[in-house]
Amino acid sequence: MKTPPTVYGLMAEFDDPASVVAAAERAHREGYRCLDAYSPFPIEELTEAMGGEHTRLPLIVLIGGIVGCVGGYALEYWTQVVAYPLNIGGKPFHSWPAFIPVTFECTILVAALSAVLGMLALNGLPQPYHPVFNVPRFALASRNRFFLCVEARDPLFDLERTRRFLETLSPREVSTVAD
Amino acid sequence: MAESLQPVEDPNRAYVGAGTPPVIAPGHTFGTVTDKISAIVLTRRTPLGWYAGFLLAGSFAFLLLVSLTYLVTKGIGIWGNNIPVGWAFDITNFVWWIGIGHAGTLISAILLLLKQTWRTSINRFAEAMTLFAVACAGIFPLFHTGRPWLAYWLFPYPNSMSLWPQFRSPLIWDVFAVSTYATVSALFWYVGLIPDLATLRDRSQSRAGRVIYGMLAMGWRGSARHWHRYDTAYLLLAGLATPLVVSVHTVVSFDFAIGIVPGWHTTIFPPYFVAGAIYSGFAMVLTLAIPIRAVYNLEDFITMRHLQNMAKVMLVTGLIVAYGYGTEAFISWYSGDKYEGFVPMNRIFGPYAFYYWLLITCNVIIPQALWFKRVRTSVPVLFVISLIVNVGMWLERFVIIVLSLSRDFLTSSWGRFAPTFWDWSTLFGTVGLFVSLLFLFLRFLPMISIFEIRTLLPEAKVSDE
Repeated sequence: MKTPPTVYGLMAEFDDPASVVAAAERAHREGYRCLDAYSPFPIEELTEAMGGEHTRLPLIVLIGGIVGCVGGYALEYWTQVVAYPLNIGGKPFHSWPAFIPVTFECTILVAALSAVLGMLALNGLPQPYHPVFNVPRFALASRNRFFLCVEARDPLFDLERTRRFLETLSPREVSTVAD
Repeated sequence: MAESLQPVEDPNRAYVGAGTPPVIAPGHTFGTVTDKISAIVLTRRTPLGWYAGFLLAGSFAFLLLVSLTYLVTKGIGIWGNNIPVGWAFDITNFVWWIGIGHAGTLISAILLLLKQTWRTSINRFAEAMTLFAVACAGIFPLFHTGRPWLAYWLFPYPNSMSLWPQFRSPLIWDVFAVSTYATVSALFWYVGLIPDLATLRDRSQSRAGRVIYGMLAMGWRGSARHWHRYDTAYLLLAGLATPLVVSVHTVVSFDFAIGIVPGWHTTIFPPYFVAGAIYSGFAMVLTLAIPIRAVYNLEDFITMRHLQNMAKVMLVTGLIVAYGYGTEAFISWYSGDKYEGFVPMNRIFGPYAFYYWLLITCNVIIPQALWFKRVRTSVPVLFVISLIVNVGMWLERFVIIVLSLSRDFLTSSWGRFAPTFWDWSTLFGTVGLFVSLLFLFLRFLPMISIFEIRTLLPEAKVSDE
């Protein structure tokens, strides 16, 4: 970054989900790419309106599940056959049917941990500070208002022109987000 | 959530039209929903009843502390367990609590995947109930070991004794199943809470509230990209929790079914235990939901629709449980094994026959009243039935465990079990702990998922699908 920007972006506020989705679509069509929208509940159309998003989370969870499955079984095999073989009622050391429940539980455990930690990591959370919180009205993003933010790092971003563009989307208010 | 894209039922239409009551009372907006639920935590005066209830529940939780302290100083001889009845109240209570803990994950995960949007008003506190029930359940096997400070020996870790757990034992499977269940339920609950914690952070008037809820919300800002991954994670968790919830009570039933004790060694146990767990779990959700919605005026969100649906789930799972009782009795006769054949006779006519018949009355006979719509729509009657089913499910585990152990193969080693004061005090102590934790939850966290309720409102619709 050449000079530290003092403006993070411009933020428009909307009353209902349909207008923020329409606004996001317009901004995307206009060529803006560094966009983000904020809503008090998940709106699937909103991600699509901003050009769609592919998440690697399912892959992470799959890998987590496989690691848990193989790891759980390997732990049982190694402890029962190699490290500490015990004769229990004449059963074979490698009594695989008895190993299934723990293998299953380990699969679920590691997959679930990957889902949660993966989601947080991909989202960059926990994040103690973010510029959008500098806008006082942004507190309503967790209640009943919808926000569209065009970030200053977008090549098309221009404080005046972008503001004028956002005004055309009939928002409640457009505010500057300090960095 | 995928469900947010489902055409949301218009509450107004549902209210005026057919006989089905709505999931949310008409007239609510994003703002009113948020304010009404978050006000319970942030601004509304804590009702006097809260203090009274917390004091009462807290004194029982204190009784638990006394009982467990006494247990640790004296040993488990203070309980009535003795050979041949080595498992009694402790394991009965463990299975009962774990069973209660099943409704939370069932409601959050399975009903989510089945797109049952009515689950939204009750999933949060059902999940909290699950966590607290699993915590209560864990106390019993932990202290039944006699040396709870060595309980970590149950987990595989490299140690100077070069010992490893015995993975062929169902008891070790149980350790893994219950601890995985506790972990995944806690994750599921917390992930569901994050957006609502952000709401509380933004609406809190006090600095302490902003800081604490702010830290717990981890900087959640409702970004569309975040929501996208959040939904994916939540759905995947639901998909993982669904087989998990079925596996937990299956593994608990293996504690019995893998053994050769008459009355335990049967293949009907896993499905019948799972059905019983859902049965008791829904009974407990009703027991809690009915007073909570009355005290906090939440009839708008926990409507008659929820109560009726839960009553129907209870009716169905109750019938599966009744079928399980029938199959158990039939197979023990059909097996031709005299020890197995003796089990139903001992239950019906033996020294504990009173408890067996009480169990049949509570679990099979009385819940048949739920066939009638008038019963399903009467809140006080539903409340009483839910209490009766809670008692019945406790008796079921008592009958399975104590009756089989007290009279197995050799008549010379038959015995009797009678609970001591400490057996009762520990049971009621965990009830006190459970209710105290629930009171704290109601006071400090949103008991209904605010953001999911928003998705159910008609104004949440972006386009007509």
